Amino acid sequence: MLKSNLFPKIILGIGLCFLYLPILIIIFYSFNAANFTSIWGGFSTRWYYELFQDTYLWQAAWTSLKIAFTSATLATFLGTLASLALTRFSPFKGQRLFSSLTIAPLVMPEIIIGLSLLLLFVSLNICIGWPSKRGFWTICIGHTTLSMAYVVAIVRVRLSHFDKTIEEAALDLGAKPLRVLTFITLPIISPALFAGWLLAFMLSFDDVVISSFTSGAGSTTLPMVIFSRIRTGISPEINAFATLFIATITLIILLLAWVKLRKQPV
Amino acid sequence: MTFIKKKLLSFFSPILSVRSWVIATPYVWLGLFFVVPFFVVLRVSLSEEVLGIPPYTDMFLWVDTYVAKIIFTFESYTYLIEDDLYLSSYLTSLKFALITTIVALLLGFPMAIGISNLNKKWQIIMLLLIMLPFWTSFLIRIYAWLNLLTPYGLINSFLIYIGVITEPLRLLFNNFSVTIGMVYCYLPFMILPIYVTLEKMDPSLQEAASDLGAKPFTVFKSIILPLSFPGLLTGSLLVFIPCVGEFVIPEILGGSDNILIGRLVWNEFFLNHSWPTAAALSIALLVILFIPIYGLQKLQKIFAERLES
Repeated sequence: MLKSNLFPKIILGIGLCFLYLPILIIIFYSFNAANFTSIWGGFSTRWYYELFQDTYLWQAAWTSLKIAFTSATLATFLGTLASLALTRFSPFKGQRLFSSLTIAPLVMPEIIIGLSLLLLFVSLNICIGWPSKRGFWTICIGHTTLSMAYVVAIVRVRLSHFDKTIEEAALDLGAKPLRVLTFITLPIISPALFAGWLLAFMLSFDDVVISSFTSGAGSTTLPMVIFSRIRTGISPEINAFATLFIATITLIILLLAWVKLRKQPV
Repeated sequence: MTFIKKKLLSFFSPILSVRSWVIATPYVWLGLFFVVPFFVVLRVSLSEEVLGIPPYTDMFLWVDTYVAKIIFTFESYTYLIEDDLYLSSYLTSLKFALITTIVALLLGFPMAIGISNLNKKWQIIMLLLIMLPFWTSFLIRIYAWLNLLTPYGLINSFLIYIGVITEPLRLLFNNFSVTIGMVYCYLPFMILPIYVTLEKMDPSLQEAASDLGAKPFTVFKSIILPLSFPGLLTGSLLVFIPCVGEFVIPEILGGSDNILIGRLVWNEFFLNHSWPTAAALSIALLVILFIPIYGLQKLQKIFAERLES
């Protein structure tokens, strides 16, 4: 029997070690007292203390949170509209183009998205005077354009696997399309909307390339700060930050998984 | 009067209907912030580099108030062809993307099989474990390897401790570290699509084959491999494409000689302030990316047809 074949299981174990070893090392070294991370100098929470003194980093984190929240919300809105148009409407002019446009940002290298948006903003500034300076909103536009493709990828699948008879029944019983949307369709696909929003949030919160191109003076995001620090080598403070970050994300994911598993026992 | 009213209404009804707003809002957004920027890049790539803000020439030379000459030059593109650096960096990028895809395939395929062989509860736990690093920051995951691969990092210390080597190996800032970083970051993209196709597979096929006396390898070769082919293709594409244009991984884990195309675009733009060259590089990168995407789509189509017949 193939199920008892050990080879895939061994590789699975090795693969999981490969995925988790670097993360465990970061957590381990974040409690290192020494200045240089590679040498163990005893247990200490010194780097956590220094991390909390680092107002520049926390300011960037706050900027990133605001950008991630705004762009994720925008991307979910636009992505849901696009998914509805693609799954619920009768064919319209330019539908094929629209369909491929919605997923194109997925395969576009980020560096090209960033560069092209910057060149657009520069040209627009010359032609119509907007945007007069790059910052919060230009970064939001960049992140929204990238992450709405991911939202479409998630929401569209959910909408096409959806039992349409429920919607048809409501329509037959005299409900207006808008009422069907708000009381039937959206509540049913809400897990997909939430998953899409969360993914868009993380994509934005994590992005360094598009932000670097579309940001201006005074709007530095968290990944840009981290990127500039680790470019020069290992920084114990970043180890401490990474540990906190990983712990937060793990808690959130575990919480979501627990809620999901409790709702629908397997 | 009613006729005019009707005409007006039928003209404005598309503008007033909810349907057209639902379509138009995302359409206009993508047009404005995805399609138009592409043409701006194309236009800048055809302009000449000058000192100034912005550092490229205007496409239109206004001869009169209403008459303009369109000026463009292929200088940036000839520049790309003449300098070996650019061609070799394209080849380097493709090489890294290909190696990463192969390594991710060799590691991810057995992992996906391993997951699909578990019971339902463990499958969910394993998928969560595979996805969890993906949700933590991309930058932090790359940074994690800095800690591991330094001359006095864990791997070198361990190898010296057990006596395999006496001098620390140079593991960082070379081909090895860039490949490891890429495989590490994109492995989940390989595992998930393969897992999805394996999950859809009828398990009785494998059982029937082994009941009839097929060895595990024969079952793998004649059932699992052909049936999971669509997943393998999707996974490979999801790993290959972002790797070609990757910037952050080679910048942090790569040495000065690992010049991938993403780094080159960044350097041309931010360090050399040569906007037309950066734009021309991007256009060339898109053309190069289009070939494997198109080829794999064709392959997928052929395969789907063969599977049906």
